[in-house]
Amino acid sequence: MSPPSLDQPFVVGSIQAKTGTVPRISSTLSGADYRGTIKARWGVGRMRYTIEPGLYALGNPDEHTPILVTANYKMSFDRLREALSGRDAWILVLDTNGINVWCAAGKGTFGTEELVRRIESNGLVQIVSHRELILPQLSGPGIAAHLVKKLSGFKVIYGPINATDLPAFLDAGLKATPEMRLKTFDIRERTVLIPVELVSTLKWVLIILPLFFFVGGLGGQTGFWSGALDYGLFAIIALLSAVIAGAVLTPILLPWLPGRAFSLKGMAMGLITAIILTALRPENLNNWQGRIETLAWFLLIPAIAAYLAMNFTGASTYTSLSGVKKEMKWAVPVEIAAGAAGLFLWFGSLFVI
Amino acid sequence: MGRMIYLSDVVTLNLDREKCVGCGICLVVCPHEVLSMNNGHARIEDRDLCMECGACAQNCPTEAVTVQAGVGCAAAVINSVLGRDASSCCCVIESDTNVRSGVEKLKVSKGTGCC
Repeated sequence: MSPPSLDQPFVVGSIQAKTGTVPRISSTLSGADYRGTIKARWGVGRMRYTIEPGLYALGNPDEHTPILVTANYKMSFDRLREALSGRDAWILVLDTNGINVWCAAGKGTFGTEELVRRIESNGLVQIVSHRELILPQLSGPGIAAHLVKKLSGFKVIYGPINATDLPAFLDAGLKATPEMRLKTFDIRERTVLIPVELVSTLKWVLIILPLFFFVGGLGGQTGFWSGALDYGLFAIIALLSAVIAGAVLTPILLPWLPGRAFSLKGMAMGLITAIILTALRPENLNNWQGRIETLAWFLLIPAIAAYLAMNFTGASTYTSLSGVKKEMKWAVPVEIAAGAAGLFLWFGSLFVI
Repeated sequence: MGRMIYLSDVVTLNLDREKCVGCGICLVVCPHEVLSMNNGHARIEDRDLCMECGACAQNCPTEAVTVQAGVGCAAAVINSVLGRDASSCCCVIESDTNVRSGVEKLKVSKGTGCC
């Protein structure tokens, strides 16, 4: 297997190892790297945000230098080299199809087989005299440490979850503190995951919005534009509010919303949103048409918010598959029923009453 | 702020103390401190904290720890039910195998979404 190309933006030269030329990389991130992170967080070109797998050198590594293993998702690689600033290290990049370490480990692409193959194809036995590899702790679901040892002779040492803890881990003689081994889900971690979910949701919502505006116009008793600007415009505001409730506010306020099921938390946030929107339009409750329309949004907004919140389980760091299935068993029927009933009432309020 | 806990009494994690050799690797890989060491054997400290990632079972050299590993992702469950290959979520649907040992093939799907 040929070594990774020297023609990658983060490569600043090369070193001659016993196995041939190894690209030397920079530990300083450039403006383009930061822009790349932001784009990936917003879902732009995210599935092609990759680097070439293989062995890289940081600083001036020799046969005693530790080897750290990561995925070929550019963001994972960037976090690692940035954390190791000022140090010597070998970095072995596995081919995970551009997926981050944890997800790739869950799929098995950051797995025992791929690791053993890369150890051999990059000649690590010749590169270093020791027989240790430092892996991210979150690669655990894909790696069987005892099998790696058996198949390659290399001992897997699980490093900290966060690359930023690596200097302390290395300086402590490869010892992690309990905090380093605990996967958190704090407000910052939750917030950075919002854009990518929001973008994929808005793609659908932006198609639906004009439809509601148009139908609102048809349903008005006082002409198209007055109807569209009343019911239609309110529908647009309500739908966007529902998306914000489920895909933005629920993730941010996750620990403070009631219940454990994400759908329940989303539903609560949706109800709060519906109450606020109703309070902003009190004159609507003066007649039956308006009351039914309001009721429709009290069903639709929580249904949409609950569904979007439920989808945030995939981004969360603590939901089990068994739990998600149990939640979905009641949540999906409730969301569909509330959504359908809400639509029915909304159309009813426009065309029947 | 306290740790977030998902639904209670759903997790499939199991530990066979007879098989456990007390190597402690399960404690190392677990991202939620589900397990603890007790008299030279691992012990399930708080089952409800488990997210079924499968790291403990995968790394257990004696198959003492078992779990139906999978990714707790609603979009992936929906895609799996609809027979789609994970369009909105990069995580896998699930591996039906009770994760036991290292080299096993999991279904790989290319997606664009969550993680």
